[in-house]
Amino acid sequence: MAITTIGIIKLRNLFSVVILSTIYSFLMASLLLIFDAVDVALTEAAVGAGISTVLMLSVLHYTKRNEEKPKHSSILAILVCITVGGLLIYGTYGLPAFGAANTPLHTHVSSQYLLRSLPETGVPNVVTSVLASYRGFDTLGEVIVVFTAAIGVISLLRKDQREN
Amino acid sequence: MRLDLLIRISAKIFIPFIMVFAFYVQFHGDYGPGGGFQAGVIFAASIILYTIIFGSKKAQKDFPAIVFHSMIPIGVIIFSGTGLLSVFNGYNFLDYDALSHYPKHGQHIGIIAIEIGVFVTVIGAMVSIFYAFVSRGSK
Repeated sequence: MAITTIGIIKLRNLFSVVILSTIYSFLMASLLLIFDAVDVALTEAAVGAGISTVLMLSVLHYTKRNEEKPKHSSILAILVCITVGGLLIYGTYGLPAFGAANTPLHTHVSSQYLLRSLPETGVPNVVTSVLASYRGFDTLGEVIVVFTAAIGVISLLRKDQREN
Repeated sequence: MRLDLLIRISAKIFIPFIMVFAFYVQFHGDYGPGGGFQAGVIFAASIILYTIIFGSKKAQKDFPAIVFHSMIPIGVIIFSGTGLLSVFNGYNFLDYDALSHYPKHGQHIGIIAIEIGVFVTVIGAMVSIFYAFVSRGSK
């Protein structure tokens, strides 16, 4: 994954960058699969590797193949990246050990969900019962986000069509 | 139109399976991984694959864009309608216990209903965005 990321930054040919980000998405999906997050892996494989690649390629159709050389130096950006990245890595030392059972994450609400989900909703998949039943309102919000995004993109592109 | 025989035939074989897999992910979401969003994306991917291989004109004839445009709000209506249904039965918004005499059955019905809402909206959104990009090129 690190190699693909460096490739994405270094390469100027946008077509190869799109393909590399697809590879990155596939690797990410396999990583999520290893972490037993099958739902997220499915989404990553379909959206990240599939649909977004197709969208990127169809956008590439309208632009140039190669990225232009940047006009200003990127020292400030690199500095900001290193500082923020360093702070984040420093922050990970405060996290509990990976897979530890006595973290707040496992002792606070999730154990309640795991205990009560099956008797209360009768749905064996806890992810579904949390998403659809306990947090139904959040999911409604997500659907409305998708709705708004689609409306936005369609109205933007349609306006162009009429002008031409 | 350049059409490659091998790709065309293999797509014809694959696309129905992708669609069936999407429905499996949709309706098996209660028991295994998956749900409306994943299923919608997989289904949309199959239609996008069809569009890539058979060209946007044929695809828009077989799957008209207006269907997908209207699917976006329909999904939201299904979702919030399920929520409102429980309000009218005297329960909280999106409390599926209202949908059946047995709370567990109600939960089942409610979850399936809102997953269908998510499914419909996601297919509509993904395919409409793709069509919007593709149809700009044909002008």
